[in-house]
Amino acid sequence: MHLDHSHDGPSAVSADARRPDGSRRALRIGLGGPVGSGKTATVAALCRALRDELSLAVVTNDIYTREDAEFLLREAVLPPERITAVETGACPHTAIRDDISANLEAVEDLEDEVGPLDLILVESGGDNLTATFSKGLVDAQIFVIDVAGGDDIPRKGGPGVTTADLLVVNKTDLAPYVGSDLSRMAADAKAQRAELPVVFQSLRGEPGVRGVAEWVRAQLSAWTA
Amino acid sequence: MTTATGGVRALAWIVARDDGRGGTSLPVLDGGGPLALRRTRGSGAEARVVLVGAMSGPLGGDHFTVEADVEAGARLHVGSAAATIALPGQNKGDARYEVRLSVADGGELRWLPEQLISARGSDLHVTTRVDVGASGRLVLREEQVLGRVGEEPGRLSSRIRVSVAGRLVLDQELACGPGAPGGWDGPAGLGGCRAVGQLVVVRPEFADAPVAARVLGDGAAVMPLAGPAALVSAVAADALRLRGLLDEALESLGSV
Amino acid sequence: MSRAALLVLADGRFPAGGHAHSGGAEAAVKAGRITGAASLEDFCRGRLHTAGLVAASLAAAAALGVDAVALDGAADARTPSPALRTAGRKLGRQLMRAARATWPSAELDDLARRFPKGAHQPVVLGVAARAAGLGAVEAAYCAAYESVSGPASATVRLLSLDPFDATAVLARLAPEMDRVADRAVEAGRRVVDDGVDELPAGSGPLLEIGAEVHAAWAVRLFAS
Repeated sequence: MHLDHSHDGPSAVSADARRPDGSRRALRIGLGGPVGSGKTATVAALCRALRDELSLAVVTNDIYTREDAEFLLREAVLPPERITAVETGACPHTAIRDDISANLEAVEDLEDEVGPLDLILVESGGDNLTATFSKGLVDAQIFVIDVAGGDDIPRKGGPGVTTADLLVVNKTDLAPYVGSDLSRMAADAKAQRAELPVVFQSLRGEPGVRGVAEWVRAQLSAWTA
Repeated sequence: MTTATGGVRALAWIVARDDGRGGTSLPVLDGGGPLALRRTRGSGAEARVVLVGAMSGPLGGDHFTVEADVEAGARLHVGSAAATIALPGQNKGDARYEVRLSVADGGELRWLPEQLISARGSDLHVTTRVDVGASGRLVLREEQVLGRVGEEPGRLSSRIRVSVAGRLVLDQELACGPGAPGGWDGPAGLGGCRAVGQLVVVRPEFADAPVAARVLGDGAAVMPLAGPAALVSAVAADALRLRGLLDEALESLGSV
Repeated sequence: MSRAALLVLADGRFPAGGHAHSGGAEAAVKAGRITGAASLEDFCRGRLHTAGLVAASLAAAAALGVDAVALDGAADARTPSPALRTAGRKLGRQLMRAARATWPSAELDDLARRFPKGAHQPVVLGVAARAAGLGAVEAAYCAAYESVSGPASATVRLLSLDPFDATAVLARLAPEMDRVADRAVEAGRRVVDDGVDELPAGSGPLLEIGAEVHAAWAVRLFAS
């Protein structure tokens, strides 16, 4: 009999790195950020960039039931059985931080039903600057803001901007039209985040999501090492 | 029928049996008084019985029992000649109406009585217990109308239990009227509706192909139960609209 | 027994998934049946005496150690709406996870093994109460309170109802919650002696029908 039999029981209760059968579970990466900053578009682009090299799945947390999941289904970025929508009762930040039970069920069901998986992307519903993922749910998190939301967002900080493992400043192609100063955003982000990485991206043209995809690959190498 | 100090005790008992010639015989057809029974012309293999109440009832203190046993391969249809009205009685205490039905393997029961009307001041407890064999078939309708036109309802509680092959698939109690637990007429209960009813349909084929859940407007839903059975639950402003909803739902489930 | 454990289990912040469910309030709000504090109170009262009493009795019986499989079957028979059966099992599974992490116990592990996709939430609640060192009374109170606190907090979000008004509704229902918890514990004790048929079976027709109407919507805020 094992002294530590925490993995012999039925399904795991929290963020254990091993599944009940002892295999290593998929890496879970959360994507959060304000409404309209391009979270779903980034998830779609990541799926297209990574789906040929990795076994992946997506969990969405929508304010209105299944909108983001249905966008991903329409865009056909993954087969439908690899996309799950969690219903959040008008509080998407609660479902990714304070009460992660529904999301944990969703990631475990995906691993059981379409696994083995290398990577699960957990997308938060569009929320405010304070919404972050629980460490019980994801291994790393990306916070997505955009230049059109105001170039003072990095300066203002907040848990998402300051502590996310990766900050993505999206829609850089719009900067000239909305009067956002990219170098100022970069300097403010550096001041808030010290050594934590920042990626500026535009999904409307090359290199698109490549920077974020590279970062995800590096996370995955570290996870499976 | 006996009249005791506590009110009237009445019993009706029907046994339906496959007559071996493609029809159904009724070796037992016992009833009387408020629970008189009459055999009417059936259709095909089905025997048809009508409950003809010779007096209105049940009144306070009365205790009525109706029992029907459908044996293997038999087919029985039971209806009633008119609505049953629960009235206040001279005897103290509540009235009880007990229905005990059984359908053996290969048997079929269509239990389609008219409405039960809960008149002001009445106090009636209805219990319905149905045991259906694994390959038995059932259509059961119950409709409750709260008060005659423009009248406050009496107190009514109705509990139904249906089991299929020994396993309970439905256990439900409705309590309404004065003295019922609070909120019965509110937005979680009847929402001001004065007619409430349900259909229970048991068919062996539902085990492999359960009905799909669906709604009929805001006041009715067809729901697959946890077993080879379906429940149609409906509320409506009056008895006529309620019957319309239940008929529509039954039609949507196809013929038995 | 630690009475404070009840506060942990009954806390609305206990991470067991309740926040995503409205207990039927979203359907009732959309249908115009809940429009403010008075109709919310009437809704909650009706739910407390039907689904709430059934849930509290199941929880009390489970807390007394009655076989979970029998109780789960009894819960199925008392929940005609398939949308509500699904929601009940989903919430049960989420509660199982939270309870196992909070109060590790062999009984909870065993329940999770027998119901990998979840048992009905009140059954899990009763076993969780046992694991937390609580008894049938506490389990019944917890279920009775949840049957009304969920719709109340959902209505605050759905109607922008004054949260003080919603909380006052819960406070006014407190004496009735006491009675429901008492009845539930009595029922739970009868179940120990005479089996699950002793459980109450109260139903609110519009709760069941409304749950099916709600499940058919393409767009909604709450899962049930």
